[in-house]
Amino acid sequence: MNYSSYITLIPLLPLAGFIILGLFGKSLTRSAGILGTFLLLVSTVLAFYTAYNYFFVSGKINGIYPPVTALHYTWLSFSPGLSIDMGVLVDPASVMMLVVVTFISLMVHLFSLGYMKGEDRFATYYAFLGLFTFSMLGLVLSTNLLQIYIFWELVGVSSFLLIGFYYDRPAAVAAAKKAFIVTRFADLGFLIGILILAYYGGTLDFNMLIYRLTATNLSPLTQTPQIGFMGISLLTWALVLVFIGGAGKSAMFPLHIWLPDAMEGPTPVSALIHAATMVVAGVYLVARLYPVYLLDEAVLQIITWVGALSALLAAIIACTQTDIKRVLAYSTISQIGYMLFALGLSGYGDTATGYSASLFHLFTHAFFKSLLFLGAGAVIHFVHTNEIREMGGLRKLMPLTHITFLIACLAIAGIPPFAGFFSKEEILLAAWENNRFGYILGLVTSGLTAYYMFRLYFRIFWNRTPSYSNHHGEGSWTMKGPLLVLAAAAITVGFIPFPHFVAVNGQEEITVPLRFSIAPVAVAIAGITIAYVLYFKNNPLPRKWALAFRGMYKLVRHKFYFDELYLFITKKIVFNGIAKPAAWIDRHLVDGFMNGAGWATTRLSESIKALQSGSVQNYMLYVFGSIIALAAVFIYWT
Amino acid sequence: MNASDILFYLISAFVLGTAVLAVTANKIFRSAIWLLFSLVGVAALYFWMQVEFVAAVQIIVYVGGVVVLIIFSIFLTQQSGSKMPKPPLKRTLFFILAVLLGFAFSYKIIAEYGFASAGPVKPFVVPVSAIGEQMLDTKQHGFVLPFEVVSMLLLAAMIGCIVIAMRSVPKGKTIQKHTATVGGFGTSNNLTDVPAASTTPDEVSIMEEKAT
Amino acid sequence: MSSIPLTHILFVSTALFFIGVYGLFTRRNLITMLMAIELMLNSVNINFVAFNKYLYPHTLNGVFFSLFIITVAAAEAAVAIAIIINLYRNHRSIDVEDAQEMKY
Repeated sequence: MNYSSYITLIPLLPLAGFIILGLFGKSLTRSAGILGTFLLLVSTVLAFYTAYNYFFVSGKINGIYPPVTALHYTWLSFSPGLSIDMGVLVDPASVMMLVVVTFISLMVHLFSLGYMKGEDRFATYYAFLGLFTFSMLGLVLSTNLLQIYIFWELVGVSSFLLIGFYYDRPAAVAAAKKAFIVTRFADLGFLIGILILAYYGGTLDFNMLIYRLTATNLSPLTQTPQIGFMGISLLTWALVLVFIGGAGKSAMFPLHIWLPDAMEGPTPVSALIHAATMVVAGVYLVARLYPVYLLDEAVLQIITWVGALSALLAAIIACTQTDIKRVLAYSTISQIGYMLFALGLSGYGDTATGYSASLFHLFTHAFFKSLLFLGAGAVIHFVHTNEIREMGGLRKLMPLTHITFLIACLAIAGIPPFAGFFSKEEILLAAWENNRFGYILGLVTSGLTAYYMFRLYFRIFWNRTPSYSNHHGEGSWTMKGPLLVLAAAAITVGFIPFPHFVAVNGQEEITVPLRFSIAPVAVAIAGITIAYVLYFKNNPLPRKWALAFRGMYKLVRHKFYFDELYLFITKKIVFNGIAKPAAWIDRHLVDGFMNGAGWATTRLSESIKALQSGSVQNYMLYVFGSIIALAAVFIYWT
Repeated sequence: MNASDILFYLISAFVLGTAVLAVTANKIFRSAIWLLFSLVGVAALYFWMQVEFVAAVQIIVYVGGVVVLIIFSIFLTQQSGSKMPKPPLKRTLFFILAVLLGFAFSYKIIAEYGFASAGPVKPFVVPVSAIGEQMLDTKQHGFVLPFEVVSMLLLAAMIGCIVIAMRSVPKGKTIQKHTATVGGFGTSNNLTDVPAASTTPDEVSIMEEKAT
Repeated sequence: MSSIPLTHILFVSTALFFIGVYGLFTRRNLITMLMAIELMLNSVNINFVAFNKYLYPHTLNGVFFSLFIITVAAAEAAVAIAIIINLYRNHRSIDVEDAQEMKY
């Protein structure tokens, strides 16, 4: 099957949207959004067509879906072996991501038509959305490490632009900077990792790299562990560094601090970037290099623990937050932690269940989490606040939002038959088989997830009803439509036999025994019950409990003081210890030297400028005098 | 001391005397005429040294070309009869002193070098045909390359003179005025043609001499 | 055959040269300065011819040098006159003291 004819159009159409809207958006006003949405609709259709072709027309060869390089173009050639190429890689993971990204992006585009209506920079917003979608699709389709890095940074830039969209709010500006700096810091690790892999692997291409590192033992990375650094082999270093890049983008502990703040951006943007697509880039990156990661169990174990820890910590923090979007942000961190946890599980055994479970969870999570965010966006649009303590009883005022939000909450809590149930089951099964302690952590996280999601749900849609001023409807159909579509997806996507399509070695279905499901579902129901008791009606219980565990509550409410810790490190240690002396040296020594040189030059030229009298006879006098002097020197001196 | 020696001293005195007058005369036109005499005297010196060809060129180019050119430019730029302002006395004295010192220094060097005090060792004959042949010789001691370079230089100088002396028309002026100014300054263009015209016979004469 | 030594001819040419230098420095009129330069060039030519005649009678290099110098001097004079005329047109004067814009 030849994809090259249309597959490049999928990322290029949003780019075209970005260029057109960026240049002429001001004069398009309202139609800017419609144009952007239409271009993305075409992309989405093409993406679905690609998926159909790939999975059903081309089909499996030797039991696996073969990776296809649909397009290949050598861009910069350094040596016969090493070149930077641009290309399009079609394999199960990328096709899956293609569908997810275009679909969620389309929903967000549609939703924004209503949500962002009347904004001053409406066209700019759509231009940025187009840029982001282009970058994300480019990232997904990359054939080599450097290409993925380029799009990785582009994604970071468009995320920066969208978080800081309300640039007149200081909080949004600070959040945009924070997100950019933290992810940039992580990307440094990614870049070093890429360079190590490319230098010792001799190639940047994913397939070639995987082939060289796994099929043959020729590579110095695997062959000679003694050329490592600090007693750790180079492969481990490279993979850890690449993972640091992924962890930064995916907001994993301890680089998670940027994601909650990133909620300062418009809510649909949070749904697109900070829930469904960009933040899972780290998971996607690890999945891309999965065969390489399989070579090094230690790194996979690190990934597992980072994932599990992030999942648990974020879930705990989410229980105490009162900003609706921050709860969702921590929930996102928790769920992505879950995915990485699943990916890393293979480090404990040789089954590859974790891989497809992780990507399955990525797939389902994208739908219900973007649904949650869009629902939250609808709520915020209605009540004009993010604070859940000022909400309540919205079920009658926003019936459709209520229903879809409930579906999404059930899905994320892992209640059958909603989507989250299936993917979570697979992750927990993989954990059960490989790492019992991790299984328990996963189970606790799952219970916490159910609790905080339903805390949110009950607090918003039930509980006491404050009086809302300025009543208006639930929103136009451009806002309700995406909610309905995503709700339908959140119910149904779980039934897709995902491991059949996306798996490492063409491994077949994962069967989850029925009795295995009892424990997770029971834990989830327990979480929901606690939430019901505490928040279904307005009662003093939550306050009492908070007082009872005062110290712990305070610790968690302040997010374990991570922000304060980072501020301490940067402000007190980095600024005072490094930046200030450097600034002093720059100001006094470097500048002083430069100023001194400039001053000396000025004084010298001031003192001799009278020589330039403009009178030609003076100049001739200099010439003849010099000649005489030189003649005297040459004749009598030597 | 024979007649030839006396002739030499006479010519030398003439050259130096007219040269001094040329650089000190009050009126610029007189200055130019003294220069003319001085250059003729130099040509006479060449005749005395029996290099007739150089003497001829000296007369043709300098006397017939450069001095005429200078006189033209004097007519173009100022009243020829008016007196030039005298340089300040201090300046004159300083430069007389400086020039005398420089002369003494140079002559001291010449004297110290110790050239043979007698006359030339060998008779020096310059056949014009030899000059012509060597001028256009492409072999080791030929001067054809400098000859070509100089011809290029003359061309460049000719074009350059026209370009420099042509009045540049400021923007915004009408074309009619432009043509009028060019016509009005036709003399300057003619002027710049003079050196080229005067050097051409020089080259032609070399060619003719070669043919003979 | 005369018995004038070379040093006498060199005396004449040196004197001519320094007369030219004197004129170059004391005159303020550009045309007279040009005349002084012509005098200096002539003194150099005399030197060339004299050296050729007295020291290297078997060659013609000195003669050639003087011929080329004469040619170049003619071109130089033409260009100088063109510049002087242009200057005169801009300043209504050919006094060097009046053309001192190119200074600090």
